[in-house]
Amino acid sequence: MKTFQGRVVVPGTAKAQALVTHSGFNTLASYQKSLMFGDKTGKCSDQNNPDLYKKPMAGTALCLPQTIGSTTGGMVLFTAASMGRQPACLLFSKPIDSLAAAGAILAGVWSEHPMPTVDSLGDEFLQAVRTGDTVTVGENGVVTVE
Amino acid sequence: MPMQLTQQQQAVLDGSQGEVMAKVMKTLVMYGETFGASRMVPVTSQQGHLVTSFGLSMMKPVYELMDQLIEGGALSQQKFTMDPRPLDPAVPSNFLQNLVFRVMYSKQADYEAQLQKLGLVSKDAFTCTCYMPEVGNEPQKGEILSWAESSAVVYANSVLGARCNRNSGIIELFGSIAGCVPEFGLLTDEGRKATWVVEVRTSQKPEAQVLGSAIGMKVLEDVPYIRGLDQWLGTELNDEAKAYLKDMGAATASNGAVGLYHVANLTPEACELGEALITENAQTYVIDDAELARVKASYPCIWKDANAAPKLCFVGCPHLSLAQLEQWTDQVQEGLKAGGRTRVAVPTVFTAAPAVAEAFRSTPRAKVLAEMGIVLSSICPLMYMNNPLCGKMPVITNSNKLRTYSTARYYTDSEILAFLTKGGQHA
Repeated sequence: MKTFQGRVVVPGTAKAQALVTHSGFNTLASYQKSLMFGDKTGKCSDQNNPDLYKKPMAGTALCLPQTIGSTTGGMVLFTAASMGRQPACLLFSKPIDSLAAAGAILAGVWSEHPMPTVDSLGDEFLQAVRTGDTVTVGENGVVTVE
Repeated sequence: MPMQLTQQQQAVLDGSQGEVMAKVMKTLVMYGETFGASRMVPVTSQQGHLVTSFGLSMMKPVYELMDQLIEGGALSQQKFTMDPRPLDPAVPSNFLQNLVFRVMYSKQADYEAQLQKLGLVSKDAFTCTCYMPEVGNEPQKGEILSWAESSAVVYANSVLGARCNRNSGIIELFGSIAGCVPEFGLLTDEGRKATWVVEVRTSQKPEAQVLGSAIGMKVLEDVPYIRGLDQWLGTELNDEAKAYLKDMGAATASNGAVGLYHVANLTPEACELGEALITENAQTYVIDDAELARVKASYPCIWKDANAAPKLCFVGCPHLSLAQLEQWTDQVQEGLKAGGRTRVAVPTVFTAAPAVAEAFRSTPRAKVLAEMGIVLSSICPLMYMNNPLCGKMPVITNSNKLRTYSTARYYTDSEILAFLTKGGQHA
């Protein structure tokens, strides 16, 4: 078991299986198909991301460095959250980017399904966590990987 | 640390203008505090620009939010332009594809009605290149924007010297509604400094879309200072250089998350401040012919049959400038003439802003383009490719952004030209 201290962006607690991407998470490319065609598991449709392509994202602890790509990103995350297809939490190794922050905050303020979000967990967090690990997020930004 | 709000901003946050405006302000405050903003600054541009232009049937939560804003009187304080529409009957599609389009974008008319209530500047204001002179939403250097659309934000920051963060859809509208945005990142002098130096050492003018892709993948959201590109683009920010930077920037923003780049001796802040823009511990990325070839070879091809003959070609993501439209028309015409052909070998769509397309249609080249079988449209190619029946087709493009978000296959400008004028497989 390893613990990591990050900064709370959107408060909340969560326990979920990790889904890890080591490259930037392209929010639009990842959610495009699942949102459009009613896939409730939120399968990742980003062909440029071998870590995540075709893997379900809904309900996972999404572990990522940061998000990239289109500025629809925050709106897409908000839509996923409003439809209940969001990750259980968002865990960033780097300081959060503006698009992901917008999505997490919009989900927290305007939807019924907030995504607890922690950033600045450090590169060692992404090196340690593996897809399928159990991840627990505490209110104080402490993330436990087991 | 909490942001210091003015009395008026605090009153809005406390509900003086109703619950919906309070939530708009709360969202902006949380957004700013996440990035250490200490205050809001006024939005000073004449117009905003919104990214979410498509009435996808699945986006019910967005339409409900828009209804809340309208009912709560939370309308934009500035008029705004929008990204391109997702539909155009002039763009080739078959009966089944049209059926899917009608279902997918069934909310388009309702959504556009919402946008008009919120502050859409005109019914033809749908383009990702709102900054084209023909369109008229061209910010001045130093103006503060509340825009989204990654390619427009990076252009406004880099080429025009305006100041705008990479805002998300919805957040950009909130800034235009509140009339202020949190001051952080690319709105500050410090945030506009380069943490990467990109050395362009190619033997010929690099393909804009591949160079941008390479830079975006390497620096992600950081600010690069690009040396060596002025030897290919010159030191004058003319139409040709602007078009190149538009396409390069779109690739940096979609293949990475670049919101601002500086080009030595060319872009406004690089001309003004020079290498003082580079931070002390900036990293270096050297781009030569081999690096560009490596990057281009890394693009996956996800066509079912990698050797399939292309069935459609899109040129113009982001939308073409008037000069680009003219240049492409001339090049295709010359290529066809050289090969003894009269019409393009692949059904082709050139895309440009409605106002740019209108200006082009008043020139003799419009007739030439139509006679070669090329459709001129203001559609968003990405929205077209979102149709699963269209996505299954072998579509080619010179857009790295379209490649990133769809099954379309990327080719350089000269490769695209060969497809159009010679037919067959020319990659």
